[in-house]
Amino acid sequence: MSGPLQRARLALRLLAVDPSGLGGAHLRARTGPVRAALEADINALPGPIRRIHPAITDEQLFGGVDLSATLAEGRTVRAAGLLETPCTLVLPMAERCRSDLAARLGAALDRQSHCVIALDEGVEPEEGLPPALADRLAFSVDLEDLSLRDIGPADPPPTGARRTDAVHVPTGAISDLALLAESLGVESPRALLLALRAARAHAALEDRAELEAADLTVAAALVLAPRATRLPQMEDDTPEAEEEPPPPPPPEEPENAEQPDAPAQEQEQDMMIPQDLLLEAAAAVLPADLLARLAVGSSGMVRAGGSGAGQQRKGNRRGRPMPARQGRLDGTNRLDLIGTLRAAAPWQPLRRTHAKTAQSLHVRASDFRIKRYKEMSDRLLIFVVDASGSAAMTRLAEAKGAVELLLGEAYARRDHVALVAFRGEGADVLLPPTRSLVQTKRRLAALPGGGGTPLAAGMQAALEVGLGARSKGMTPTVALLTDGRANIALDGQADRQAAGADATRMARLLRGNNMPGLVIDMSPRPQRPLRALAEVLDAPYIPLPRADSKRLSTAVSAALDA
Amino acid sequence: MSSRQPFPFSAIVGQDEMKQAMILTAIDPTIGGVLVFGDRGTGKSTAVRALSGLLPQITAVAGCPVNAETRAACPEWATITDESLIEKPTPVVDLPLGVTEDRVVGALDIERALSHGEKAFEPGLLARANRGYLYIDEVNLLEDHVVDLLLDVAQSGENVVEREGLSIRHPARFVLVGSGNPEEGELRPQLLDRFGLSVEVASPRDVETRIEVIRRRDAYETDHARFMDAWAEADAILRDQIVAARSALKTRETPDATLRACAELCIALGSDGLRGELTLLRAARALAAFEGFETVEIQHVKAVAPSALRHRLRRDPLDEAGTGARVGRVVAEVLG
Repeated sequence: MSGPLQRARLALRLLAVDPSGLGGAHLRARTGPVRAALEADINALPGPIRRIHPAITDEQLFGGVDLSATLAEGRTVRAAGLLETPCTLVLPMAERCRSDLAARLGAALDRQSHCVIALDEGVEPEEGLPPALADRLAFSVDLEDLSLRDIGPADPPPTGARRTDAVHVPTGAISDLALLAESLGVESPRALLLALRAARAHAALEDRAELEAADLTVAAALVLAPRATRLPQMEDDTPEAEEEPPPPPPPEEPENAEQPDAPAQEQEQDMMIPQDLLLEAAAAVLPADLLARLAVGSSGMVRAGGSGAGQQRKGNRRGRPMPARQGRLDGTNRLDLIGTLRAAAPWQPLRRTHAKTAQSLHVRASDFRIKRYKEMSDRLLIFVVDASGSAAMTRLAEAKGAVELLLGEAYARRDHVALVAFRGEGADVLLPPTRSLVQTKRRLAALPGGGGTPLAAGMQAALEVGLGARSKGMTPTVALLTDGRANIALDGQADRQAAGADATRMARLLRGNNMPGLVIDMSPRPQRPLRALAEVLDAPYIPLPRADSKRLSTAVSAALDA
Repeated sequence: MSSRQPFPFSAIVGQDEMKQAMILTAIDPTIGGVLVFGDRGTGKSTAVRALSGLLPQITAVAGCPVNAETRAACPEWATITDESLIEKPTPVVDLPLGVTEDRVVGALDIERALSHGEKAFEPGLLARANRGYLYIDEVNLLEDHVVDLLLDVAQSGENVVEREGLSIRHPARFVLVGSGNPEEGELRPQLLDRFGLSVEVASPRDVETRIEVIRRRDAYETDHARFMDAWAEADAILRDQIVAARSALKTRETPDATLRACAELCIALGSDGLRGELTLLRAARALAAFEGFETVEIQHVKAVAPSALRHRLRRDPLDEAGTGARVGRVVAEVLG
């Protein structure tokens, strides 16, 4: 179980043992030899395998009217949907999966009739599977950065495989997993349950009647480690006495073992596996950049804004089609021809007998089906917050308060928000476009202050976020909160003059891109250069000293409605 | 796997607020729906599905599409072939996300229209859920027009279908249970208010509880028959309590002090409209009946206040503690 590929293969073999119980696997790999090797393994899985795609319609999933059969037979013939018969669903391009599809698949997984293998081709760390689905899939393996050399021959097909429920689980095993989950910061009870099932499946695969240490190690590495949200404290790092709430403590284990059925205990006691061994197994496969990810508050499994950002639809008459509805043709909407024919189909024999004219096709107004698209030209409010030393000195706290006020406004309007902070030498997108205001608030509260004022870099980051959001059909608005003393130029040089010029240039660019804005001056005294910047931006300028809540809201509303 | 009985309600570890909300609506369905929001994998769906095993069976006409209690109560459009009265479990109907309007409210039965040339109504999910529960997982992802429709029917208790030359109405009294994860998107405030109770669930924090959760779930899956047996009695006791509370509900007296407490609480919280007050009172009464009290005491109001009121507040999206904590604070201030 050394490399990621071996882990992925082991995961697939475990899935073959208990497909519906384990839910499936989330494999992150871009097209290439590694993925090809995996796909071969996937195709070798027992049971029917169906490929679906992220834009699959409800009709294909849940079944619908079979048009040709209906026409031929003169009665409604339903075509079965993919979710009606148990099978393994392979979902390529899983990073494009929307949260509504994830919810539908999740419901199928809850019924334990399906198994989903999500092939995630995400490149950016923000791209990934919606958490609602990822949470239900037992395994998650990241296969990026593997080369051709790493591909070995496939493992020999499993031999044993007894029934998973015939595997006896010793009392200590569950607490072992639970303690490990605790020290890895895995909170969902479902993860724990999946880990136990994986351990069972592994024991079954190895044809063992009782769970052994090796099974738990596999479960730890394949199920719990990818869900880790914090780095575990290794035993040798910290003396035991100092360990506080998340204890992987030997003292607790006897207590657990004492709990329910005492008789079978002795033999189980010696099979219990030391917590640190298990921890090591998990730690060995922890993503290398876990700490980095934790720093931005997202871990591989639960991606920040994973669902919030992806939900956008292009406005108006584009975007993801929704089920057609009965309606009237009033010139503003479009006829769904297939839907209309489908609605008219079963009536044809009846209408033909009553018809006075010899038409071959009888369509009535009641058959009209209107095309509908999800049209959500959502607004996006991009907060660009100055967290530089000068701002921190003066009124970063007040600025945070002002942002919170605007957030409240955004919430009332069901807007999306994004958060960009700039300080030191550059700007960071702290929060990609999301609707989760609680998250925004949290990020904002954790925002440290200090360093120079790279105003231009902040605006540039905002522009990028804004353009990205616009391509997804959102309408971005930039709210800039700063004290206006730009002193870091775009190239990172501490040059006040160049910084000012860069800021003006970026402001022009923002305006050129038709991005409405709002400048909030958080300095103790209104700054003339900032007012000039607001003019370049063609944006309302609000000096914070005089900005009470009401003024801020009206200003934001005005900016948004512009 | 679907043939397996649902997980026993009493075997659900912790999540007391959610269980209490479900029990209260089982005692008095007029409280309205329950909204369960919270972390993934915390047993939201499990609790709802467990209800069908927990609740007392209902007497219904075997062939009736809306589970009517007597032959006379069956809707006149239904052709009933089997008129015998049978006992069946309280219906708990799942509403899948991709559902069409036709499947929810019912539509013209095309086959009968074609073969017999008559207009017949094919009942939808709302008919099946009558006298029971309608469950929507990920309610925040359901299409808005379906949610609107559901809430409207849940409120009026009647489903009216006027289309394709049909004019059909049938009773549709059900408790709407919606669950979801706030990270996926939030519900419109207008919708929030229509749910009677709202609970927040979170993953259990301590290891012992989690071990117990997994242990029970594992036993349920691998040693099904024995596990169900072991919990049958606990479920039966709870069931008897619910039945007793239902009949006791009408005779519970509400002292003026309690009424005043409800009103003061709602005023202090600034919750809009009277719906909050009414729900609070009903829930408190159901709790009093459940716990065997003769009168509805302040303590009952206190116990149900968070569930009944947290979703009716003017939401402050930035209050990280959640509205539940806010209600708790005000309860402590007003009722001492």
